[in-house]
Amino acid sequence: MVSVAVWEIGYLISAALFIFGIKQLSSPRTAPRGNRLGAMGMFLAVLVTLARMYTEEVIGWELIVGGLAIGILIGSLMATKVEMTGMPELVALFNGFGGGASALVGMSEAFSRISTEGGIPEGIELYATWVAIGLSGLVGWATLSGSLVAMMKLKGGFIIPLSKKWVRFPTWGPTWLNPLKTLLLVGLLYLIWMTIEDPTNKDYIWGIVGMSSLLGILFVIPIGGADMPVVVSLLNSLSGIAAAFTGFVIGNNVLIIAGSMVGAAGLVLTFIMCKAMNRTLQDVLFKAFGGTADKDQLTRTKVGSDPEEVAMVLDGVQKVIIVPGYGMAVSQSQHAVKEFADMMEAEGCEVYYGIHPVAGRMPGHMNVLLAEANVPYEQLITQEDINSEFPDCDVALVIGANDTTNPVARTSEGPLAGMPILDVDKARVVVIIKRSLSVGYAGVDNDLFYMDKTMMLFGDGKKMMNELNSAIKEL
Amino acid sequence: MAALVGSITVFVLAIFLGFELISKVPPTLHTPLMSGANAISGITIVGALILSNSAFNDGDPGAAAWMAFAALIMATINVVGGFMVTNRMLEMIAGKRRKGGE
Repeated sequence: MVSVAVWEIGYLISAALFIFGIKQLSSPRTAPRGNRLGAMGMFLAVLVTLARMYTEEVIGWELIVGGLAIGILIGSLMATKVEMTGMPELVALFNGFGGGASALVGMSEAFSRISTEGGIPEGIELYATWVAIGLSGLVGWATLSGSLVAMMKLKGGFIIPLSKKWVRFPTWGPTWLNPLKTLLLVGLLYLIWMTIEDPTNKDYIWGIVGMSSLLGILFVIPIGGADMPVVVSLLNSLSGIAAAFTGFVIGNNVLIIAGSMVGAAGLVLTFIMCKAMNRTLQDVLFKAFGGTADKDQLTRTKVGSDPEEVAMVLDGVQKVIIVPGYGMAVSQSQHAVKEFADMMEAEGCEVYYGIHPVAGRMPGHMNVLLAEANVPYEQLITQEDINSEFPDCDVALVIGANDTTNPVARTSEGPLAGMPILDVDKARVVVIIKRSLSVGYAGVDNDLFYMDKTMMLFGDGKKMMNELNSAIKEL
Repeated sequence: MAALVGSITVFVLAIFLGFELISKVPPTLHTPLMSGANAISGITIVGALILSNSAFNDGDPGAAAWMAFAALIMATINVVGGFMVTNRMLEMIAGKRRKGGE
């Protein structure tokens, strides 16, 4: 029999690898190594677990080998097949799986204790175990259902199985929903209490499953598309916390360390993103804005330009700043954008990309897409650094971005007040590719569209970029 | 009891550690960091492995064992897919850096 200390030290090393991994993931130079360290830590943890079971117990390999094989197959297929534009959905889905797995482990432990004679502990241990099972269920199921809703929202909708009809996913959040969520949470805490009072009753555990899932759905439904990065990041944090609670259930420190660390680090990332939008986490979660009721009515019109006109304006310019937004992601026009940048550079023009921290539907969304299109990292400039460049920029090309460029944010009124924006309006000429003049996510009309120096190219991002590219070639 | 207090100590300290660990992250790394951290939260795979075995060995591959089995599949997808997808993103970003730096 190998001493327990050996296994504990193995887990400790894997926890240390996670710590180094997360640390290194936060710096561009070391990030790939950080990810590998994390993976090594995970591999070690699995290895230690299997070795311990092999030496200490009779192993039932069927479920273990089967589960691992199915998981590896599905996981690697999904990871290699996914398009870069589908990345936000996939991260949300993986996140949900993590939360769901934690909840299921807690529940499995509860059920196996109930069915084993003398499996229910007494005294303080009963409280600790059952509270941990309850909390891992609460957080885990809510993470799973919330992540699934977030995934469908990121996709924009879902297909009803038999009829093959595409349904746009609703954003729905009446104010009475908040007290209902609070009520659900109180109800859940009561259910956890009841599981301790009557530990052999499985009905309470099923109750927790149902109510937590409902809570997760109601939590994400009112939150609109542009706030999704914050929500996905918060759900990531929650999946870590669920893992930590599961660690308490099975009495394993590596789960507690890795889980709570991911929980805390995820929360830091969430706050970084909230700050970039100048919104508090509370506002994102409980004050859904830009609902249908308070959208600005469009009263002004703007005549659209055609790609040939824009190509003429672009002829011989010295400096172009490209400002991508969600529209670039939806239309998958990053390669056309790169082609455009190459042509401009060949003419001796400087090209930069102005990246707003919350452009897109995922933190760093634009960076990932542009990296896929082989845009050099050095050309991607953050919002703080690019703003001083706009006044001596000849043309700012905005592709499917709206709120992040709205000058109204500099005033102190309206939902966008105080949000840091890209000073696109200071460029000599502004070209905007957008499907219509419609308001952005915040529901505010954008003065930028109506300025005299603004040229609107109305249409799908990819189509317009391609037309613009061929117009430039013909010149 | 002592074990429980020990676990709570570890829990609290790890939370502080997580808060201190990342303070400034360039936007380029927001997504990879999130997805890498997400893969690490798949550590629950350890619990799924243990329960897939013990619940099964109790001679009753009933509800508890099947739950652990489902948990194992989900956690493995989370771990394997998470690390692979993060690696894919980072290779793209890092590849660009190397080329751009020359």
